[in-house]
Order: sequence, then structure tokens, then C-alpha cells
Amino acid sequence: MSETASPLIAVDRLAVSFGDPARPLAAVRQVSFTLAPGGTLGIVGESGSGKSMTARALIGLLPESARVSGTVAFDGRDLLANRERDWEAVRGRQIGMVFQEPMTALNPAHRIGDQIAEGLIHHHLLDRRAARAEALRLIERVGIARGRERIDAYPHELSGGQRQRVMIAMALACKPSLLIADEPTSALDVTIQAQIVELLSELRAEYGLALIVISHDLGVIADLTERTLILYGGRVMEEGGTSALFRAPAHPYTRGLLAARPGRHKAKGEHLDAIPGNVPAIADFPPGCPFFGRCTDGTERCRLQVPPPVAVGDSLARCWFPQGQASGGQA
Amino acid sequence: MAGFLARRFLGFVATLLATAIIVFVALEILPGDPAAVMLGVTATPETIAALRTDLGLDQPAVLRFFLWLKGLATADLGESYAYRVPVAGLIGERLAVTLPLTLMAMGLSTAIGIPIGTYAASKAGKLADRLAMGLAELVLSIPNFWFGILFVLLFAVTLNWLPAGGFPGWEVGFGPAFAALLLPAVALALPQAAIIARLTRSSVLEALAEDWVLTARSKGLSRRATLYRHVLRNALVPVVTILGLQFSYLIAGTILIENVFSLPGLGRLIFQAIGQHDIIVVKDLVVLFAGLVVAVNFAVDLLYGIIDPRLKRERRR
Ligand SMILES: Nc1ncnc2c1ncn2[C@@H]1O[C@H](COP(=O)(O)OP(=O)(O)O)[C@@H](O)[C@H]1O
Ligand code: SF4
Ligand SMILES: [Mg+2]
Repeated sequence: MSETASPLIAVDRLAVSFGDPARPLAAVRQVSFTLAPGGTLGIVGESGSGKSMTARALIGLLPESARVSGTVAFDGRDLLANRERDWEAVRGRQIGMVFQEPMTALNPAHRIGDQIAEGLIHHHLLDRRAARAEALRLIERVGIARGRERIDAYPHELSGGQRQRVMIAMALACKPSLLIADEPTSALDVTIQAQIVELLSELRAEYGLALIVISHDLGVIADLTERTLILYGGRVMEEGGTSALFRAPAHPYTRGLLAARPGRHKAKGEHLDAIPGNVPAIADFPPGCPFFGRCTDGTERCRLQVPPPVAVGDSLARCWFPQGQASGGQA
Repeated sequence: MAGFLARRFLGFVATLLATAIIVFVALEILPGDPAAVMLGVTATPETIAALRTDLGLDQPAVLRFFLWLKGLATADLGESYAYRVPVAGLIGERLAVTLPLTLMAMGLSTAIGIPIGTYAASKAGKLADRLAMGLAELVLSIPNFWFGILFVLLFAVTLNWLPAGGFPGWEVGFGPAFAALLLPAVALALPQAAIIARLTRSSVLEALAEDWVLTARSKGLSRRATLYRHVLRNALVPVVTILGLQFSYLIAGTILIENVFSLPGLGRLIFQAIGQHDIIVVKDLVVLFAGLVVAVNFAVDLLYGIIDPRLKRERRR
């Protein structure tokens, strides 16, 4: 992958684990990717695949009990070497984050205007008065009507979609160069989902943002990203250009995800549950390919040995038996 | 808001009325004739009967109840059987001891309990947390009058820093009066501070696990700033609830503590009044205590709305 000479963020062999260091439970294993300034990346996978832990590792907000290794070079600096104080300068200022649950991600006791302005004041970008004016501008920009009234509203006075707009305004307030959106639409109604996707798309262009979108909704990923990472069992299963990947998936897991994709009129809350079997607990993944056990093509080799990345077309698939390899291109 | 206030006022009146009925009936059933007690063993039936008439005790109970209620409503609390002075004056003097004492204890327990609980939560599982919670456990297992006695021995008898008991009155100046109330207030406050510390700790820990804590951190706020600006306010809602409850414990606690420190307060008054069968004083005091507790709980309810905007809205409906 040689997208650009100097990527905005280069993640190399990122790993996150929990529990006893002698027998670690790996939530994220050997995840690597790069993202150019203004570039877009989707991360897809079933629930429990390690998407959120990957995202939280990028802003240094993993659970206390988590251990992390690898490198996350941001603007050439390794974030994982950060001390807490260094992280505080990065969070919100250089990397913004939108969380999945707009109902619970806002502080119920603070007015939304104050919550949006907080980052601006905290990072000493604006004084209190100017930050409030900017919060109002942002509230209007993200499409909340009657901003002048709404700025003093509490989260419980807003709808789910409006709250997610507030989250986005908050994450963008300090004009970060990277926005990470962890399932930004998963908790919303279908029509609202489309509006939020549209808003993110507009703002990305307007702010020249690099964007990492995490979702199990392939439609959202297709609408927002150029490249995609398929994650399962904490490992990258397949990666490549989003449209190529969705058009010609090489990895059995990616194919499973696509086959499980509901129709165009997807109802809220419908998940990618059509792949046979369930995501096992971290401790129960086989030593080799995480998908072994649910994969119809699995062999003993798959169970024991981690497959290396194989170029299939423009994608890289980590599978011993990727589809299309025989007819596909070379590395 | 006006509807809310009206409803609360009706509740207030209803509580007082219920208290009045209960205390009146209870004291009516209780054996012992105030007139007989006052006159002692040498009294003849004739003198006792004369005193009963004098005190109005020969009238039917229902009539006496309504006369008493009417008095309460017009702030005429009657006359003490034992001292033959208006109960209102008797209570007024002692309220000037007990009310500051209780409020001081309440302020102290909050001022000690909330910071300790917050600190313990921020160090959850670490040594500082265990020490703080161990201390709270210890304090809770000791009755507050025991602290009173310990304090008297240490600060008054051994160190001679503060008076061992008694109350000089506010008229001698704020300093001496305050000093006289300090030890009893601390003794009263300690167990409550331990309760508040434990509650604050668990409440802060619960709030720390909320999604919006991560959101605050994702804006670049430090752990500390997140704790003070975001977590604490949400965590204090259950703590405020306990403050109202605490007030009634403190009032009850004054009965013992005022005796330990020989303070001329309401607690001591009710203690003596019970001993002397000064029933009218007992009745009036119980209703007064109930009134104070309800009033403080009302103030606490108003505090909620300031802390948690969601509750304010529910109340407006
Ligand atoms: N605090 C934690 N302690 C132990 N395991 C955790 C913790 N948080 C998450 N995990 C595990 O890490 C794995 C990946 O979780 P996550 O990144 O949240 O998945 P996703 O976002 O893809 O649904 C899951 O199996 C989850 O059980
Ligand atoms: S490596 Fe084997 S088990 Fe894993 S996805 Fe490929 S075929 Fe299936
Ligand atoms: Mg997740």
C-alpha cells in the first residue's frame, strides 16, 4: 500500500489484549493500515470483532485493564508512546470521535451548547463567548433547526438523530484532521441514518477530514469510504478498495458478510446475523484463522496456522483458500 | 412550578396532621398521669383532680386534640405542665442550640463525606481507597455519643482546647457559642460523613462507567477535569437524596449528644419532658421535629432540579 509518501496515520501491528499477560485475551491482533490526509477508511465486522477497541486505541481511550502494543504514527509521531498529557492535546484537537450511542454519549446534566463549546475552551482555541458563538454556528451547520433555542437544551430534550448531530458538532468543533466515527448510525432509524451519512459526507469534504468509519452496515461503509478493512476475531481478514471489495470479495468472511446483507430497505436493528454460527468469545478462537469453525472452506491447516495476506485483485485477503486467487492478479 | 409547590405544601400539612394524630393517640394510651407525676407521691386525689382541671386534662380527649391543633395552627403551643411557662418560649430558646448544631453537623458531614468519597472513587481499588473505606467502616461501627465522650476526654479534658460541655448562649458572642457546639457537631457528623463518603464513592464509580465520560475524555479533558466537570454533578443526585434522610437521623442524634455535652437543646428538652410527663412539650416537639424534617426534605427536592435538569422537567408536569 503506497497511498501517499506521508500518511496522516499509519497503524502498524496494533494489538490490544486483556487479562493475564501470560495468557492474554487478544481483542485486536496485528492490525495495520494507513490513511492519507483527507482519506477515508471503513472498518467492518460483526459485533465483538475488535472494531471499537481498534478505534479507542487510536485516541488512547482503551479500558484501564487493556494492554496495547504496535505503533500508531500520527503525523509521524507514535501516539502509543504518548504520556497522558500528550494524549490530551491530541484528543478532540487532532482526532475527533463520534460514538455509537447518541442517547448515552452526551452528559445529561449539561446543556448541548456547553458540551460543544467545551473542547474549544479546553484546548484554548476560543474564549467562552466566542466558543458559544462557534457552538451555535456548529449546531446550525449540523442541521439542527432553531439553533438559538436548542443551544441551551439538555440532551433529553433532543431526538436521537439530533443528539448524533450534536455529537458530530462536538467532535468537529476543534477542526481535527481525523474523525473516527464508531457505528455513527447503528442506533438510529433508517431515514435518520441516511441523513447522518449525508452530513458526514458533506462535512468531510468541507473540513478536508480524514475519516475512519466503523460500521456493520455495509451501505454506510460503501457511501462514505474509499478503502475498507474487514475485521474478525481482532484480525484483518481482508482489505482493499471499498467498491472492489464489495464487488469481488475474496475472503470467505467478507463473502459471508455480503451475503448476509439485508435488502435495500433495511430495518433498524437488523444485524449481520446470517453467517452461520456465532462470534466466539475471545478465548475460544482457534490458533490459526479466526473464522475457522464457521467457514465452510475450513481445513485443519486453517485451524492451526494463521493465513498470510494474499493479493487477490486489488485486495489483500488473509485466507488459505481465497476465492478468485487462481484467476486474480498478483501482489 | 406553582402546582408543584401547592402539592408539596399540601403534603407538608398532611404529614404534620398525621404526626399530630399519632403522637396524641400514643401519649393518650401511655400510662401515667401528668398531674400525679407533677405533684409527687404525697399528693391527695383532691389536689391531683384540681391540677387536672387546671391543666385542662379533665376535658374529653377529642376536644383536647382539637384545642391543641387549633393552638398549633395559631402558633400557640400551650403551657408546659412542668415549668408553667409557654412551650413556644421553651422551644425557641433551645432551637437556638439544636438547629445550629444539626445544621453544622449536616454541613460537616457533607464537607467531609463528599470529598473523601470522590477521592476514594478516583483511586478505586488502590490503597487510598481501601484506607478511606476502612475508616468509614470503623466510624460507622461506633455510635456517635461514643465519639462525643472520646472528644470530651481528648479535646476538653486532656488538651483543654474546647469546652467539655454546656452552652454559654449566643448572647455572649459567636465565638464561645460556636466553640461549644463544635465537638458535639463533629461527633454527630462523623457517622453521617462515613455514610455519605460510601454513597458518594459508589455513585461516582457508577457515573464513571457512563458513556458520556468517554465522550468527555475524547474531547481532551483530563481524568480530573472529567471527574469534576462531568461526573461529580451526576453522581451527587443520590447523595442529595440522603441529605434529607440524614437530617432526621441528626435530629434524633441530638437527643443523646446534647445529654453527653449538657447542651440546653431540644433533644435534651424532649428527654427531660418525657421523664417529667410534660406531655404537651413532648407532643409539640414531635410535631416540630416532623415539620423540620419535611421542610429540609423539601429544600433537598429543590436542590435536585438544580443538579439534574431531567428531574426539573418531570416536576413541571
Ligand atoms: N474491558 C474489557 N475487558 C475484556 N474484554 C473486553 C473489554 N472490552 C472489550 N473486550 C472484548 O474485546 C473484544 C472486541 O470488542 P469491541 O472492540 O468492542 O468489538 P466491536 O466494536 O467490534 O463490537 C470483544 O470480544 C470484547 O468482549
Ligand atoms: S483461512 Fe480457512 S477457515 Fe479461514 S477463512 Fe480461509 S478458508 Fe476459511
Ligand atoms: Mg463496537
